[in-house]
Amino acid sequence: MATASNIRPGPTRAASLEQGAFVWSVALADAAKAAALAGILGFFFIGMKTDIAGDGLVLSYRWAALGHAVLIVFLGRLLLDALLGKAAPVTTQMLTAGIFIAGIAGIMTQDATGGSLPARALVGAVLGGLIVAVLYGVALWRRRPAPARAEATRQARFAIPIGIALVLLALTLPFLITTFLPGQQRQFIDLAILILTYVMLGWGLNIVVGLAGLLDLGYVAFYAVGAYSFALLSTCFPFIGFWSALPLAGMLAGMWGLVLGFPVLRLRGDYLAIVTLAFGEIIRVVLLNWVDFTNGPNGISGVPKPTFFGLEFSRGEGGFADFFGLEFSTIHRFIYLYYIILALAFLTNFVTLRLRKLPIGRAWEALREDEIACRALGINTTNTKLTAFGIGAMFGGLAGAFFATRQGFVSPESFTFMESAIILAIVVLGGLGSQMGVVIAATVMIGGIEMLRHISFVGQIFPGVDPVQYRMIIFGLAMVAIMIWKPRGFISRRNPSAVLKERKSIGADLVSQGEGH
Amino acid sequence: MTTPLNSPAQRWLDTPLLSVEHLTMRFGGIVAVDDLSFQVGRGDITALIGPNGAGKTTVFNCLTGFYKPSEGRIVMRHGPGPHDAALAAAHSGGLRHSKDGDSGVFLLERMPDFEIPRQAGVARTFQNIRLFGGMTVLENLLVAQHNGLMVASGYTLGGILGLPGYRRAEKKAIDRAVYWLEQTALLDRADDPAGDLSYGAQRRLEIARAMCTGPKLLCLDEPAAGLNPRESAELNRLIRTIRDEHGTSVLLIEHDMGVVMEISDHVVVLDYGVKIADGSAETVRNDPKVIAAYLGVEDEAEAEDIVEGVAS
Repeated sequence: MATASNIRPGPTRAASLEQGAFVWSVALADAAKAAALAGILGFFFIGMKTDIAGDGLVLSYRWAALGHAVLIVFLGRLLLDALLGKAAPVTTQMLTAGIFIAGIAGIMTQDATGGSLPARALVGAVLGGLIVAVLYGVALWRRRPAPARAEATRQARFAIPIGIALVLLALTLPFLITTFLPGQQRQFIDLAILILTYVMLGWGLNIVVGLAGLLDLGYVAFYAVGAYSFALLSTCFPFIGFWSALPLAGMLAGMWGLVLGFPVLRLRGDYLAIVTLAFGEIIRVVLLNWVDFTNGPNGISGVPKPTFFGLEFSRGEGGFADFFGLEFSTIHRFIYLYYIILALAFLTNFVTLRLRKLPIGRAWEALREDEIACRALGINTTNTKLTAFGIGAMFGGLAGAFFATRQGFVSPESFTFMESAIILAIVVLGGLGSQMGVVIAATVMIGGIEMLRHISFVGQIFPGVDPVQYRMIIFGLAMVAIMIWKPRGFISRRNPSAVLKERKSIGADLVSQGEGH
Repeated sequence: MTTPLNSPAQRWLDTPLLSVEHLTMRFGGIVAVDDLSFQVGRGDITALIGPNGAGKTTVFNCLTGFYKPSEGRIVMRHGPGPHDAALAAAHSGGLRHSKDGDSGVFLLERMPDFEIPRQAGVARTFQNIRLFGGMTVLENLLVAQHNGLMVASGYTLGGILGLPGYRRAEKKAIDRAVYWLEQTALLDRADDPAGDLSYGAQRRLEIARAMCTGPKLLCLDEPAAGLNPRESAELNRLIRTIRDEHGTSVLLIEHDMGVVMEISDHVVVLDYGVKIADGSAETVRNDPKVIAAYLGVEDEAEAEDIVEGVAS
């Protein structure tokens, strides 16, 4: 059985590894080595745990978790050998994948099967077999001859229908959620609002980083300016509601974009990135320490909720539900918030798409491509950069005002560098300059982090492990993986802004990334 | 060689478009350009030649504002005549330029780089091609018309609202781009990324892009570098078209003596930052100093033979 799938008998171990041929004995030995290493290392990191007991700390051991880790490393190494070894036949790859999945399934079903080993093995084998069958089918399907030039044309042909479908989905999402997931509607609408906020922030930053090619690590500063503008305006002047404060917050953030941009934009590349990073932190530290004005670390609470043409989303007389004769429900307010951020995000997208086709947008992209050539063509690069910075900051400010009204509370804690990093990661992972890429990346990243909160099976594999604690590691690994397979982001092709005869998208290898990338 | 001074052929003395006066550029202790004076005639094709490191590109960078000259004055004149009065007034008044309708004088050494193409009408290309590689050929030519389109789009506001004025302006800009694409034989590549073009096509596109800014003086930095003989001949024709049909004067740096001698009305020779010859192509070709600078030989007769051989 072990040598049945070994096609070429006889090669020495070293030679077989070099050529990438798959030999069961070699692979098993390799996997055993990896498992032993995992056992030694994992003994301290996984096998031991300190608990707080009544009279101090006590050491406890988690043998089951360690055993599972060793088993996963063993099977995973086997799978890797089979997949990466080019000479391994598909059947071998499938078989190792099946064994791997059977192992995982066996571990996961520990509780369901009452922990008896034969029952777990049976469940694992059935599941593993099923998945191998599926994988085999996929492998056969993928072997079909692919049509030439498929990718570019397919992308172009489906771009518009997909866009329309996504817009329709976005417009009807709250009702889909309330219809199909009535138990968790608040949670899911909240998540949708959060994702849309990041989509909007991503689109705003995309102007600066994606189009103009200026690496801005302090974008959260403008988010903070917008949020605090609205919070302060509405709490100091009660007659200012959300809708009148929103444009003011946007303008103030845009103004700060210009003020901060002016000294900064003389710098290039890494220096620009460092100084924007510093400015982002300075804004946060000022908010933290200027207690008279911002109430310092305690933040500002009681930020008013948005009203629907003067109607508040409150119970009783004169509220939204009462006016329209609906039964009062707190979900109305969340649905309304969802539509506000959706409208703001659409506004950002519309303006950005419009700007791309205008001379200013073309100048931004030209600036990203070659600043010196821009100057030789009579483009005032300082002004052009400033407009990118200012407009990007304005959208950040609008998103900030929305954030303040959604939370009802702002404090400097919400505007740490981590936020800037997440927004930048969304833009970079999505593909610099790509609007759709930002949507995908924001959904995957923000939605993904939230989903990680709900994965309970990890806790079954490693008893006593809380997956929420590891979400940043998983998140980081996912980012590394994306950067390996898609180094220019999910959507890296560029769509030209003007067309004479035929629209052709431009490959990522030709598009430069601007300063500091 | 025996042309009398101020003959009608010497337009650079009679109706100068550009005057470089006592230009000196120092980088630390190195004097790249030393007290250089020359003039570019209106409607002339002027060549700036010299061995490698002679300071030709430094002169270009001074003309186009990328370097601020250590000393000297660079005057660009719009409209016929030397404009001496306006020039004196602008110079002593500390002005960057003084304009009166279509005519005007521009003190290039005082102007920031991006104002020089916009105001003074001096466009340039680069020795190492600087196209917007990730943008299409058409987009490259539209970026070159940025300033006009910016005004037409109401500094973006009108454009966002989709006002008809901007759409008309954009149509005109595309027409202009198409015209230059026809002139440079790039029309069927209009929707391809500029980075995908062949080397020769990229050189032509850079010239087309510079022409889309509507310049009075086009500065070409080694336009024939890396071109094959057929492409060089096409380039000569293109440069002549630019001069003859658009009234744009041309100043070019070139090593290809075939191009220089065939199309230049006026040749200025630099060596170690100093002007060593200035005159018609014929005059310069036979100048012993030029021959010595290029070939580094004492034997004039031999050198002359070689130069003639290169030129023919």
